[in-house]
Parts: sequence; structure tokens; C-alpha cells
Amino acid sequence: MATEVRVPTILREFTGGEKAVTAEGPTLQAIIANLDANYPGIGGRLIDSSGLRRFVNVYLNDEDVRFLDGLNTAVTDRDAITILPAVAGG
Amino acid sequence: MLRIRRDLVDRIVEHARADHPDEACGVIAGPEGSDRPERFIPMVNAARSPTFYEFDSGDLFGLYKDMAARDEDPIVIYHSHTATEAYPSRTDIALASEPGAHYVLISTRETGNTEGPYELRSYRIVDGEVTEEEIEIFDLQNLGS
Repeated sequence: MATEVRVPTILREFTGGEKAVTAEGPTLQAIIANLDANYPGIGGRLIDSSGLRRFVNVYLNDEDVRFLDGLNTAVTDRDAITILPAVAGG
Repeated sequence: MLRIRRDLVDRIVEHARADHPDEACGVIAGPEGSDRPERFIPMVNAARSPTFYEFDSGDLFGLYKDMAARDEDPIVIYHSHTATEAYPSRTDIALASEPGAHYVLISTRETGNTEGPYELRSYRIVDGEVTEEEIEIFDLQNLGS
């Protein structure tokens, strides 16, 4: 039981260059913890002490998890998670 | 160095002028690994601000989904500065997350919505380090020669 996680270019340094990896867990929070266990350091690029980082977008299928339950969003192995850094600046 | 067709530069300029005094932003996609900007994709600045830009989260997802389906990369990521020079701000540098892209900045501070001289410059931004690069603009009729 594993969920596909699509990894953006900037984070592929953690995944050995892989564009997509799998992770296990019933919620996004658990998925990120599992990712970080397998690819140490990636978790800190996604979350900080206040939750999901402001300029990181995570999608469950095609929905931004901020419009779902954030880190508590339920995830199954039929879902796909996509991580995209915001394209933003000043 | 950034090699880019003149008509694509013109579209960046037009977009920046149209959205002035808010910042305009967008992408020019091209074949994966090619370094050739080809498909112009103006984006909405969800921040609608003269000092900040951000792609809407849903639009961002659609953009990357489309590019993946077409085997494209974001070759150019452009945005405008409407009151300052065409140089990456601290925020631009902190948030830059496409190390393979050319970050193109255009300043509309001199002429605003109207025609006239503009400043357009290109940079690589990798791990917080900014490197300016030359821009070579070529005309379409030179293609295939």
C-alpha cells in the first residue's frame, strides 16, 4: 500500500533524481514523515514548525491540500500527491 | 546565455505593460532539456500587487500538468518590476525554485502602460546565487537557416 508522490526538480536532490517516488501513510502528515525517513531532509523542505511551508504547494490528485484538510488530509494508495514549489517573488 | 525569439520578447513586454502597475508574470515552456523557449504562457498574478507576484495554486498545477504531458520544461520564468530595476529582489532570490530556468525580469518603471524604452534582463538563480546572462534575441525569419 503506497501512494505515488511526484517530486519537483528542486527536491530531486533528495530522491536520487527520481521524478516520482512512493510513500506510505494514512494522512499527508504521515506520508511526509515516511518520505523523510526514506529521503532524509526532504521533510524539512515541505513543513516547518507551523505546518506546510507557505511557498510549497501540495496537491492530492488535482486539489491543493490547503482546500482540503492540510496536513491532516486523508490519503489512500489510489491517490497521487504532487509537490510544486510556488512560482512567486517580489 | 538566453536565446529567445523576438516575438516572445514582444509578448513579455506587452503583458508587462498591460498589467502595469501590478506585476505581470508567466512562463515560456519548451521541449524538455532543449533550452529553447517556445510556448508562451501568460499567468495571472494571484497577488495582484505592484510589489509581489504569485501564480495561482490551481493554475500552477494545470501548468505543470500540461508541461509534463507535452514533455516540456519551464525554460523562461518572467515577471515585471513596476517601480524598480529589472534585477531580482531578495524575495525573488529566496523563492526561485527552478534552477534550470532563465529568470527574465522586465522593468516598466520608466514607461508604465505606454510604449517606449524598457529594461529586460535575464538571470540564473541557483541556491540563492544570482548570475546575470546575455540575451540573444533573434528574428523568426532566421529560423531554419
